[in-house]
Amino acid sequence: MEILIPILILVAIAAVCAVLLTVADKYFGVPTDEKEASIRDCLPGANCGACGYNGCDAYAKALASGETDNPSLCIPGGDNAAKGIASILGVEAGDVVEQVAYVACGGTCDVTKRKFDFQGHKSCRTANLAYCGDKLCSFACLGYGDCVQVCPEKAIDIIDGIAHIDPRKCIGCGICTRTCPKGIIHLIPDTSRVVVECSSHAKGAETRKACTNGCIACGKCEKSCPHDAIHVVDNLATIDYSKCTGCGKCAEVCPVRCIHEGNFICGAHF
Amino acid sequence: MPEVIRNLILILMAGVLVNNYVLQQFLGICPFLGVSKKVNQAVGMGIAVTFVMLCATAATYPIHTYVLVPLKLEYLQTIVFILVIAALVQFVEIVLKKFIPALHASLGVYLPLITTNCAVLGVAINNITDGYNFIESMISSLGVGLGFLLAMVLFAGVRGRIENCPAPKCFRGVPITLVAASIVALAFFGFAGVVENLLAV
Repeated sequence: MEILIPILILVAIAAVCAVLLTVADKYFGVPTDEKEASIRDCLPGANCGACGYNGCDAYAKALASGETDNPSLCIPGGDNAAKGIASILGVEAGDVVEQVAYVACGGTCDVTKRKFDFQGHKSCRTANLAYCGDKLCSFACLGYGDCVQVCPEKAIDIIDGIAHIDPRKCIGCGICTRTCPKGIIHLIPDTSRVVVECSSHAKGAETRKACTNGCIACGKCEKSCPHDAIHVVDNLATIDYSKCTGCGKCAEVCPVRCIHEGNFICGAHF
Repeated sequence: MPEVIRNLILILMAGVLVNNYVLQQFLGICPFLGVSKKVNQAVGMGIAVTFVMLCATAATYPIHTYVLVPLKLEYLQTIVFILVIAALVQFVEIVLKKFIPALHASLGVYLPLITTNCAVLGVAINNITDGYNFIESMISSLGVGLGFLLAMVLFAGVRGRIENCPAPKCFRGVPITLVAASIVALAFFGFAGVVENLLAV
């Protein structure tokens, strides 16, 4: 019989706790929004922040509470996420332009040199503080891999001294574009087929001295483009992706071969 | 200074510095290593633990004194305390979500994480083993909680420095973190003689 008392006491304490929790849930409980939960299920959960909200949960909350009614903000989720959200909210899904990041620099070890021997902490941010980094071209990718560290999908590798982004792994969140101290990683629509792999705004001769792959602003691409999509702006060829059809004429005529043609989706570009 | 207040201050300081639960008694190491990567997270966790420790002591002390002791069931202490603390944390979470959503959002995932934290259970049991009365128990819990907060914040700072150091490859990650934790713990040994003489007349 003696063993019964502790058992009963324990059960009684547990029962009191259970009743307390049940009552608390009944009277104080905040009903969770079913809509929010189902929207959250449509999102990929990468928490990358590309939508402009603080992670997937925050975007789901904003959609459910009516703070925003745009279901197409999730770039990694793409059309599937947008359609799912749109069907839950009962609105029309806009077409999501999936994006992919690319590094606008072709200054590999063999085409550009180093100004000095950098012995500090191996990060682009630190290196950039000392005379704009150790590369001869002050616009070039420094290759210490700050972008590699922040990439949630491990899509970036440093090859030959510059960063390369694997377009098959890239989800277009744009964290690397904000991390790069040089600002040379750009987001472009993943249907793009032509990119300018240079960011040098220096004059042609100056660029040429620093890097044999650099854009010398000769303007040949501008003249060759049948769609008026490429222009030399501030000594650098710049593509307007709303006009570019990816014909690749500019890539053919470029004397320094800093315009590249390829297919981002298949990853044939690199 | 009246003897009572002096005694309370001693208990508080002992909890913060001398008997620091993380660095001297090695309780609650999991959140100490897990949530100390950033200072603001460490502060959030520390405040949540302090809060839960106070609630847990306020709930477990009366249960022990008025239920377990009269029935001579002190040996059920551990299991009853775990039960009560787990239920209490859930209760607090529900109430906070309803009435102070801002606090609930800032404590976030930390509240449910602490449900079965051994530092919380440890402080509830140690208060009783040390023979404190209710007021002393509450002060002791506050001290231990603040000590936890202090250890978390200090260690978050230390970790920030470690991130920027080129540690040998085999030491990177958990090993170097544990080495750093032991050095911080060694530093806290220096407080061993402080409290007795802190209020010496």
